[in-house]
Amino acid sequence: MSNYFSPFVLPFLIGVIALITICIIKYIRWYKQFNRVQKTLLLKNILSWKFLSAIWETVWEALFHRKVFKRNFLLGYMHSSIALGWFLLILVGAVETELAVNGPKPFWTGIFYRYFIHDPQAFKHAAFFAHLMDFILLYVLSGVILAYIKSIYSRLFGMKKTSKHVVFDRFTKFSLWLIFPLRLLSESFTATLYNNGGFLTQGLGDMINYTVADVLEIPAWTLYSFALGTFFVAMPFSRYMHIFTEVILIFLRKWGLSENEQVSGFTMYELSACSRCGICIDNCPLYKDLQLQGVQSIYFLRDLRYKRPKEEIADNCLMCNRCMAECPVGLDLMTIRRQMRNKKELDTESNYKYIDNLQAFNSIGRVVYFAGCMSHLTPGIVDAMLNIFDKVNQKYWFMDKDKTICCGRPLWQQGFSIQASELRRKNTQLIKQSGVNMLVTSCPICYQSFKKEYNLPIQVMHHTEYIHGLIKSGQLKVRKDDLKVVYHDPCELGRGCGIYQAPRQILKSITTLLKTKNEKDKSLCCGYNLGNTVISLEQQTKIRNAAMDSLLSKHPDLIVTACPRYKKSFQRATDCNVKDIAELVKENMIL
Amino acid sequence: MTNFGFKISNTRVIHLDECKMELVRKLYKEEPSFKRCISCGACAATCSARQFTDFNIRKLHTLFRRAQYEGVQQALKACMLCGKCTLVCPRGVNLRSLIIHMRKILFEANKK
Repeated sequence: MSNYFSPFVLPFLIGVIALITICIIKYIRWYKQFNRVQKTLLLKNILSWKFLSAIWETVWEALFHRKVFKRNFLLGYMHSSIALGWFLLILVGAVETELAVNGPKPFWTGIFYRYFIHDPQAFKHAAFFAHLMDFILLYVLSGVILAYIKSIYSRLFGMKKTSKHVVFDRFTKFSLWLIFPLRLLSESFTATLYNNGGFLTQGLGDMINYTVADVLEIPAWTLYSFALGTFFVAMPFSRYMHIFTEVILIFLRKWGLSENEQVSGFTMYELSACSRCGICIDNCPLYKDLQLQGVQSIYFLRDLRYKRPKEEIADNCLMCNRCMAECPVGLDLMTIRRQMRNKKELDTESNYKYIDNLQAFNSIGRVVYFAGCMSHLTPGIVDAMLNIFDKVNQKYWFMDKDKTICCGRPLWQQGFSIQASELRRKNTQLIKQSGVNMLVTSCPICYQSFKKEYNLPIQVMHHTEYIHGLIKSGQLKVRKDDLKVVYHDPCELGRGCGIYQAPRQILKSITTLLKTKNEKDKSLCCGYNLGNTVISLEQQTKIRNAAMDSLLSKHPDLIVTACPRYKKSFQRATDCNVKDIAELVKENMIL
Repeated sequence: MTNFGFKISNTRVIHLDECKMELVRKLYKEEPSFKRCISCGACAATCSARQFTDFNIRKLHTLFRRAQYEGVQQALKACMLCGKCTLVCPRGVNLRSLIIHMRKILFEANKK
């Protein structure tokens, strides 16, 4: 054992012990904060085969960073070289040690392998391993060099704005950046003295004067050990806590755990799994169009983790889901945002007695049509839908014809969950009493609410899905016209519910659909989203104009959307015709 | 007397000296767009809650502006926050934010 000990190992050793202790304490504390459902799920699934797919995802996402690669090659290479490279250094180092040393040895032998094992022929393929380790080190170093470059010129990596870190994070990052150059240096010194390096360290070592190497070998290894130790101690308190937490989060998700209405242990895991990579910043309309800083998910989560959340930051989010769609870790950012909007004191008994008297309409065999509040401001959409129902001889019950009960999502999004649940209860009661078996709604906000927050025993459809079904089954025939159109994916329908194909199929059967730059999950928010109550009308208009310019750059004859709110906000600003998809179908029905 | 569905309001006096104007000032500070309100009533005309009951958002924010807070807090709870008022407002007042702020301010004032 004493063969493999030197005083310079101590900083590393202390670092590792501190890291493991702190992580275990944190993880146990968060586990205790799980609610009962989460604990049951965890215990039920922990021994299932789901861990296999979790390991698969860990390799792809936490090590290889596939999602970041898809975004930008250089950015992906940078992340994966440090993550995968470091992992390989540890793994291959352990294998190398195992082959070189028989019998018991301390676990740090692999970390300081070249210092402790001087014999270049320690085992049969020692030379191969030396070259392999050097290659991996080079791989990691290339990532570190890219990281340096990124902090100077981030546009090369497809990022206009990078995250602004707190001082402690920058300090930790600095210690991380030091680890690998120091390892290269110390191994090179040792290679000068004992000729036991691979192509890189030996090459460098041969250039170094023997006396210099003799003097500097121990200091270099000590510095390397110090850099490791510092990083390990700082890691659990910095953004690098994501390294382990992300892996645990992947497993937790595979075991069926998810965010709750209230803050739970799962939220704590998510907060620490954020690597603050800053990918969300460029995509946030509040930064992109308004240059607002400090409100994006990265800063919001950071403030939450360090327990200094500001209420106006929680409120200042459009809830357009864009950051969530881009997040490489796949954090449930919208739910965390909503948990913090909890209006505890205001969210008490409401004053909705007036809805109690509303009666259901006995409509067995019909579909229920729920236009939604916003559709009442765009009567064209409602009219078109009613026409389509008549055309296919579908009997319907127009649930909110004269008296509209809101679906509850606008309240719910703002943190009034008790009051929202009252509205949901009434709507559910009405729908159940009426005896219908399908609900069609024209409003993506209502659609998402009915689909996710209600637990309805009937089929819920957005009108795009419904019309698509009609056209596909041949019940509704449409004529092709020669318009060139662009389609705007509403946030709540696209990123919210994943409805991308139905509207596109409808449009393809009627018009020529032009491709746009920001489509599907990259669609731009119209700014008039219900999620944000902080920004002013002028700021909303700026966001809307940016979305509009992106669509108009294709010079379409017509802009088509599927959200009444978007239609309303857009119509005011352009000479180009804006239509809802239902209106377009109505005009092109073959009578 | 025939019921026309409305009645002439009784004469009221607002004692300016007794009004707690600081709440109004706070509201203007929290939601500056409210300064632009011309009390046209578009918000109340489109209101979903208005279809059921005598909830009148224009009346409520006008009362608030005049520092006549009595009953406003309870009445505001009838709002479903659907946002139609915000969308139709010709002056660009952020009514949803206004309503939440009115509720917050009144809650804090009554708590003391």
